[in-house]
Amino acid sequence: MAEQLASEDRTSEVMTVNIGPHHPATHGVLRLVVDLEGEVVKDLKPVIGYVHTGIEKSCEDKSYWKVIPFVERMDYVSYFFQMEAFCGAVERLVELEIPERAKHLRVIFLELNRIHSHLVWLGTTALDLGAISMLWYCFRERDRILDLFEMAAGQRMHTRYFQVGGVIEDIPLGFERKLREFIAEMPVRVEQYQALLDRNEVFLSRTKNTGIVSRERLLELGVTGPLLRAAGEPWDLRKAFDYLAYPKFDFKIPVGTVGDNYDRYRVRVAEMVESTRIIEQALDGLPEGPFIADDRKYVLPPRSELSTSMESLIHHFKLVTEGYRVGPGEIYYAIESPRGELGCFVLADGSAKPARVHFRDPSFVNLQAFKDMSVDSYIADMICSLGMLDPILGGVDR
Amino acid sequence: MRERQLRARDMLRGDLEGDELERYVEEKVVMTNFEKMLGWARSNSIFPLTFGLACCAIEAPISIVTARYDLARFGAEALRASPRQADMIILSGRVSIKMAPVVRRLYDQMLEPKWAVSMGACSSSGGMFSNYAVVQGADKFMPIDLHIPGCPPRPEAVLYGFTKLQRKIQGNPDQGWRARYAAEGTEEWARGGPRSAPSAEAAEAYLAARELIRA
Amino acid sequence: MPDAAGLELIRGEIEADHAGAVLDTGFEHGRASLAIAPEQALAVLTWLRNSPGHEYGFLSSLHAADYLPAEPRFAVHYELLNRDRVERIRVKALLADPGEDSLPEIDSCCELFPTAEFQEREVFDFFGIVFRGHPDLRRILLPEDYVGWPQRRDFPVGGEPVTFTYNEKNYG
Repeated sequence: MAEQLASEDRTSEVMTVNIGPHHPATHGVLRLVVDLEGEVVKDLKPVIGYVHTGIEKSCEDKSYWKVIPFVERMDYVSYFFQMEAFCGAVERLVELEIPERAKHLRVIFLELNRIHSHLVWLGTTALDLGAISMLWYCFRERDRILDLFEMAAGQRMHTRYFQVGGVIEDIPLGFERKLREFIAEMPVRVEQYQALLDRNEVFLSRTKNTGIVSRERLLELGVTGPLLRAAGEPWDLRKAFDYLAYPKFDFKIPVGTVGDNYDRYRVRVAEMVESTRIIEQALDGLPEGPFIADDRKYVLPPRSELSTSMESLIHHFKLVTEGYRVGPGEIYYAIESPRGELGCFVLADGSAKPARVHFRDPSFVNLQAFKDMSVDSYIADMICSLGMLDPILGGVDR
Repeated sequence: MRERQLRARDMLRGDLEGDELERYVEEKVVMTNFEKMLGWARSNSIFPLTFGLACCAIEAPISIVTARYDLARFGAEALRASPRQADMIILSGRVSIKMAPVVRRLYDQMLEPKWAVSMGACSSSGGMFSNYAVVQGADKFMPIDLHIPGCPPRPEAVLYGFTKLQRKIQGNPDQGWRARYAAEGTEEWARGGPRSAPSAEAAEAYLAARELIRA
Repeated sequence: MPDAAGLELIRGEIEADHAGAVLDTGFEHGRASLAIAPEQALAVLTWLRNSPGHEYGFLSSLHAADYLPAEPRFAVHYELLNRDRVERIRVKALLADPGEDSLPEIDSCCELFPTAEFQEREVFDFFGIVFRGHPDLRRILLPEDYVGWPQRRDFPVGGEPVTFTYNEKNYG
């Protein structure tokens, strides 16, 4: 009897388990079809498309400034980055220079959004790993950032704050003071988060040496962003391509060594601190001047002029009803979003509506590395890797 | 306060008599009927389902359970992951055509009484995405009890909607909302609207679905 | 970015190895682009990736665009990046629409750039462009049984008109 039991190989059966699209992990509607042998993951196939919204097709039907709220809602945690990718692409197509103040303001909001995205990541990933208190602390900070957004743009999320030519409104009085309070306190908070997690035995044993993918493999798979930097490659589009006002600021790029989940966590947390430094420098060096370009062919004239100047009225009318025409051409413009390289391809055919808008979303491409991260490791490590991968399904599915 | 304590002590000892006893009982006992009590209990201990689709999911269910907009004040902080244990589903985000059958299946798995809240413009009516990939309103495939407008609605708006849902539960807990609002016969194809000549299978399927909801 | 002169040099070098591959060059808004014939697409990409002095080893993005009514109708864009010199180059493979019942085809570059796996599936999903040699070519974002190629220009946006009771009662 004992020999019979011993000879039965109970763990060699491969079981296919379906995880999602509705699951307790708070990363959106991602469905994973996992082949398990015991608790070890043998194969993994992500099935996506559950929040596919046809944004790219809808954009072809709208004038250029109406596209901006659409593309914002793709990667719904880093909305300013999508706006910047699209506005930057169109600005390059029409060869429009944006004023210095607008560049600084854009950098400030982009870095605030980066901190916001990393806070949401930290809160939800720690929640997945069981460190539930992190959620409350991270979202407390996140609410402060959203207060700042609301102060400047009127909305907490999806603010349509960037327009082609600059930003839609100048920052109000009191914004600078509140922002300075925030950036003074943020590094202290980050230290508190690290004090909670960095030496936590459970957290360390779950994240150290799990989900390792080599740097070369990541580059082959097209992975960019904190995942690539955690594996040791110091590639950051903010430093590589000088866009907006980034060349003026002095900031470091955190780079990991091993490429495991712990390194990814450390890289993102360090990026939060670096972002506060960038915001501080941008705020210190904020020049006076216009916050949006002057070219009335693409930018709405200020409302005060509408009652005095006929030409402004005509420009306003044309811009609001038909929109500006962008001459034939195509461009691909990429920026560094919190998840990696966010690229925007705009094909313009001379009319007031774009002929093709395509976003190269970093989460979509990074998801291809997920299989490499989880194969031959436990399913619990797979969940940890999923958190550290930081996919946002709105961007994956568009 | 001291007087109440003394009276309570007397009550326990069996010393209160006659008028005093009647007055004591009136103050302490709440008279109600069973449905109202059930409604009150249900509305103050809702178990929402952890279900987030898109952008609205960051505002709810994640942001409303955090410290600033505390959902625990309303007794609903126990978010359940399994639909079998939850009684409220918040459709937070756009419902794509691939996700719609999944949402319907989740809703069907929930046990009565259950409520569905459609949060945001996208799940209430398709929102800004009037295209091939988004279902124009979750109403098309499941009964919704509450719509919250906004894109995304502020957490305060979600909480306001939540209190409205609580009042609805307390007021009238039955699920036949079409009958309650005298909305029978207002469907588009019954009114002679543009789609008033559906195919036989479509009409049958619609009637079958309606029976299912009403049953 | 390789400037206009550098771009012509690249064209010359490719033409030397693969005659007739490069159909056109373009240099606009500071970006260089090469338009190539689809049969030679894989060869040109391999050349750009491997040849010393160019080595565009990172595929940033693979996407397609529909240029209706211009011919050839489709173009598959490969955005290549060289991270050492920080240079981008765009390679467009121009595909014609073969007609009603068949789908345009091009060779898959998954072996060259493994990052293309999901992205080629997306192009197939939206445009109906078949990638020969792709390990698993099926729809990725739309439901598996969806009929139609949504991102083509002649596919309608969809959605439905908002029904207002007033309009229906008074205007039918």
